[in-house]
Amino acid sequence: MFAFCTDPDTLPQWQWFACYLTSGTHLAFYWSFVVVMILLALAAPAALVMGLGGALLMRARFAPLRWLGQGYTAIVRGVPDIVFFLFVPIAVGQGIEALLHQVRCPHWDMPIWQGNDFIVCPEARVPPRGSPSWVRDLYGFSLAVLAFAVVFGAFVGNTLHGAMRAVPRAQMETAEAYGMTRGQAMRRVLLPQMWIYALPGLSNIWMILIKATPLLFLLGIQDIVYWARELGGAKTSRYTYPHPDWRVWYFLAVLVFYLAVTWASQIFFERLTRRVGRGLATAESARA
Amino acid sequence: MKTPLTLAIGALAFAASGALADTVRMGSEGAYPPYNFINDDNELDGFERDLGDELCERAGLDCEWVINDWDTIIPNLVGGDYDTIMAGMAITEARAETISFTQEYLPPDPSAFMALEGMNYDTLMESGVIAAQSNTVQAGVLAEMDGVELLEFPTPDETISAVRNQEVDAVLADKAFLADYVAESGGELVFVGDDQYFSDGVGMGVRQSDDELRETFDAVITEMKEDGSLNELITEWFGEDMDTF
Repeated sequence: MFAFCTDPDTLPQWQWFACYLTSGTHLAFYWSFVVVMILLALAAPAALVMGLGGALLMRARFAPLRWLGQGYTAIVRGVPDIVFFLFVPIAVGQGIEALLHQVRCPHWDMPIWQGNDFIVCPEARVPPRGSPSWVRDLYGFSLAVLAFAVVFGAFVGNTLHGAMRAVPRAQMETAEAYGMTRGQAMRRVLLPQMWIYALPGLSNIWMILIKATPLLFLLGIQDIVYWARELGGAKTSRYTYPHPDWRVWYFLAVLVFYLAVTWASQIFFERLTRRVGRGLATAESARA
Repeated sequence: MKTPLTLAIGALAFAASGALADTVRMGSEGAYPPYNFINDDNELDGFERDLGDELCERAGLDCEWVINDWDTIIPNLVGGDYDTIMAGMAITEARAETISFTQEYLPPDPSAFMALEGMNYDTLMESGVIAAQSNTVQAGVLAEMDGVELLEFPTPDETISAVRNQEVDAVLADKAFLADYVAESGGELVFVGDDQYFSDGVGMGVRQSDDELRETFDAVITEMKEDGSLNELITEWFGEDMDTF
């Protein structure tokens, strides 16, 4: 990074650290923080959409749709997150490959499952064989976003479902008395008002989502935790910057990062609650 | 219904076109210095990086490195994520059931027990808790031994930390990997007992269907053994004490 970094062994301490902290692996470490923020930025809206869908399904009049919504939230809420995070990417990944296998290789005469190995024809590999590593990373990352959306969508769905029921029934009756259809009453009266009831639950889920991002590590993505462990481990003089076991400092940095993000989120949600509560007789808006 | 012969020809034709047109993807772990490790520039480095690049150049192949965790390195080779494994992998019968190996590019190298200073070999053998990386030859050997308790870790680095934290009494691993830690610990870490030989040497793993690729690499490894360049590389990375061909 810096011109004086050519021979780190001879450097005074501050320069050694300047070089060390800007080494290629450290830049990758810093980039992984960005990746986590991107994941949050994508997973949160996706979970919100899944959740809204789930909540509307749970309110549906048509019983099978209602069962679908209830089944989705019940299954995801009842299964440990980690199991789901390991299950969704593998299941979706293999599902896509098995589907492509049927389409592209109709003449393949070996079974897809050979003992423990899942083997499809080379044309059905996703991402395709020989694709550069960033394509693989992107694919893995997309599966991770999907897993987060599915899991957190179920929690969001339950929260939104509860929030919809918290909107006073009398308001919906009034809307119907004014001649609004069910859909109109839903859009004009129910949905705008439910957010104030949903916000405390949603902010909780957002906090849990932030804290769940290290699960990326489980999916083989080189995230913050991966790099903290990798960089912190003792390095012998085979490396340019040998050092003893510094994992405690790296994990401390990760801890501070998460604390900062959740702290900022908390302030944001406090303000949002005040804003959404305007004109409503809630404890929050009374204080504001 | 395809006969084995037409299948074999088909596979050969595919392998031939694949080997010539595509880049060969070389899988490695990147966590086992000096065999292979990620250096501070975030690039794969080490003996196997140098050797692999040289082999590819001599064979006229276009090669690319892929990093994969040790515990899934064989399944992902079979699944086609990459075409070869060069990760300090000893040639064993159990592994040869799933993948095939080229001839060895490192002679059988010793394993050793490393412990904190003051550990006694006999107590270790009677009632020691010993660390090893999972899915390694060493883990297999320890599991069979009476008296010792095996504690497995997914990465080599964690086995070293476990010894330092006194979570285990010793670690069993390739001596060449442990040597750096012993040399730089200032006497804190020591080898205990004699060198142990379990391996038939380290080879490059390829899919069992990839006969052509295996033969290509076999030929260049033979070439490098004959002209002495392989021995030079081994000495450069492992020091004078390491056995050569």
